[in-house]
Amino acid sequence: MSQVSLQNITKQFKSVTALSDVTFDIHDGEFFVLLGPTGAGKTTTLRIIAGLTKQEEGSVTFDGEAIDLLPPADRDVAFVFQQYSLYPTMTVYDNLAFPLRSPMRKVPEPEIKTRVTDIAAVLRITHLLDRKTAKLSGGEMQRVSIGRAIVRSPRMYLMDEPLSNLDAKLRESLRVELAHLQKTQRSTTLFVTHDQIEALTMADRIGVLDRGKLIQVGTPEDIYDRPATVFVAQLVGSPKINLLRVSCAGEELSLDDSAYRVPMEGVCAATEAGADGLPPAFILGVRPEDVQLSAGGTFIGTIVLVEPLGVETLLHIRLDGQVVICTVPGIAKARLGDVVHFDVNKDRLHLFHPVTGARLNA
Amino acid sequence: MATIELKQVAKMFGTTYAVKPMDLTIQDGEFVVLLGPSGCGKTTTLRMISGLEAVTEGNVYLDGEDVTWRPASARDVAFVFQFFALYPRMTVYQNIAFPLESTHESKEVIDRRVNEVVDMLRIRPLLKLKPGALSGGDKQRVALARSLVRRPACFLMDEPLGALDAEFREAMRAEIKRLHNEQHATTVYVTHDQIEAMAMGDRIVVMSNAVVQQIGTPAEVYYDPQNLFVANFIGSPGMQLMEGDYSAGNAHMPGGNVYKVPQAWRAALDREIGQGKVVIGFRPEAAEISADGPFTGMVFGIDLHGAYVVLHVKLVSDQIVQVRAPRDHTYGLDASACFDLNHDMVRFFNPTTQQAIFPEASA
Repeated sequence: MSQVSLQNITKQFKSVTALSDVTFDIHDGEFFVLLGPTGAGKTTTLRIIAGLTKQEEGSVTFDGEAIDLLPPADRDVAFVFQQYSLYPTMTVYDNLAFPLRSPMRKVPEPEIKTRVTDIAAVLRITHLLDRKTAKLSGGEMQRVSIGRAIVRSPRMYLMDEPLSNLDAKLRESLRVELAHLQKTQRSTTLFVTHDQIEALTMADRIGVLDRGKLIQVGTPEDIYDRPATVFVAQLVGSPKINLLRVSCAGEELSLDDSAYRVPMEGVCAATEAGADGLPPAFILGVRPEDVQLSAGGTFIGTIVLVEPLGVETLLHIRLDGQVVICTVPGIAKARLGDVVHFDVNKDRLHLFHPVTGARLNA
Repeated sequence: MATIELKQVAKMFGTTYAVKPMDLTIQDGEFVVLLGPSGCGKTTTLRMISGLEAVTEGNVYLDGEDVTWRPASARDVAFVFQFFALYPRMTVYQNIAFPLESTHESKEVIDRRVNEVVDMLRIRPLLKLKPGALSGGDKQRVALARSLVRRPACFLMDEPLGALDAEFREAMRAEIKRLHNEQHATTVYVTHDQIEAMAMGDRIVVMSNAVVQQIGTPAEVYYDPQNLFVANFIGSPGMQLMEGDYSAGNAHMPGGNVYKVPQAWRAALDREIGQGKVVIGFRPEAAEISADGPFTGMVFGIDLHGAYVVLHVKLVSDQIVQVRAPRDHTYGLDASACFDLNHDMVRFFNPTTQQAIFPEASA
């Protein structure tokens, strides 16, 4: 497997900039997830690495060697698409063996047999080997597609939302299997998704893309615990992070439309110095699990909505002019109109610039 | 405001049942969700309530009155569809006012009522725009406003959030429920999304294969599913289900683990199962990682879910179950892990009948 590096990649489609100066590395054996909404440039990045799309500027290297001039067939990458592209008249066995039988590789049949049966066992499709692929379910077809990509050992895998056509329960079980497979084989993988749960649960590292720009690269914990912008903060986590309007008042943040204050040392003092011309108003991000009900809590609000999801209940609490969502375990017996006291975890607050959205606190 | 009652209502297409005979009573002001996978009969049920589909058997009552053979237009219900059917050439205001204009309300009445719903749904800035200029979420708000403005006795909603992006869906879900809390209009809401059903429903009607599987509050269907279908369908993930051999108070699991069944359940299991196969069900949050737990396996995957992690534990039987753990857990991939089950949250099922076993049955 290879170490892959993208340097200053820029791609224009007519007047639209699909990718703007994108730079990141994928370590040898790493599971790297590109996360972003539709149109962020995820698939374009994948296609540039595969050689299916040509960038205007920048360079892609495999193990330090530029591959920009190599045609797709010579780049030795394996692709898994959202749509399974299998040969319907061939058996599962023949579909899996196909990449190995390519005239470029000429793997001997006994070795093909060993590799196909090994892969089939890993993906739990041994019992399907003699079936035609047209007769398989969606989950089975996607297993075969993944099998066909990993049956040979390319320099890296490129996966373009391979789970998004499956129903929720199937998606989850295949996600866990795929992650386990990658972690035991340590294959260099670039996985593209718009699903934050897939990104948080599978990735060694995540790159967040927004409208062609790479906003943040980090481990799932980095991205979740220290989002670089308000966009990233909203992209990961379900239920979504609470965003509250606040302004500076000495060493404290004062909640807009409210008498409440939250201590926030350092940031306010720095901004009041006015060095970088920041406005006095900010966005305060608080994850729902960091809002904790407690009888002696500083904040007092009224429950305006209760959403019992099962494993947890979302309480929407009106705090003067704003609404804060709080998660409590299990199905809570809270009722509309109940007055509740709560605190926020002061070590896990996120302060963002109201215009640029950039993170302001450490 | 209205009550809705279905008595032995059924629908056949040709010789197959789309909905097998079902009873359902919906109280005035209640929010009831019809939930199930596609093809389970939930939309057909909604359409029979609305009058868009004729029943094959049974009767439909609105406010105690038999409306079985009354046409949809005479039933005083408002339908909200997945696809917002707005008039593209009219402004948002005209779209919302349309149902009132067609019943020849005065201009003052129309203006007052449009203004009311516009504030409720926070779409005042959109009034002069045409639907083409709106986002999916805003279109669905306008569609809702147009149904609200009529002040119908009840709302029938068919996957109204189904066409929206995930990010809008969470917000719209809360908005529809908040609207309901203010208006208290009787609402029947169809979805295949169990999270939506749990979050919104006062009660949930779980359907599968044309049959009502369970009718209950979110807490009832989550904690006490009537059968294996409901156990698996509700929750993300569904209830974790492990099969073992029961005899004399113990469940013998494949690979040699023995689970001592909590005292409260023994009489029921002795009676219902005696000696034989039993399915043990638990939610991921009901499992507790502990060194001397009766279930053992290998950590197959570790998922960060933001506030907590989920360990995927592969049992000796090759089955993978999910166990919730705090973020500061110390397990690595392929490490061995033992867990126990919270006695109050473990459930049992008869694999032959697929039905839940309840301790009350033995009392």
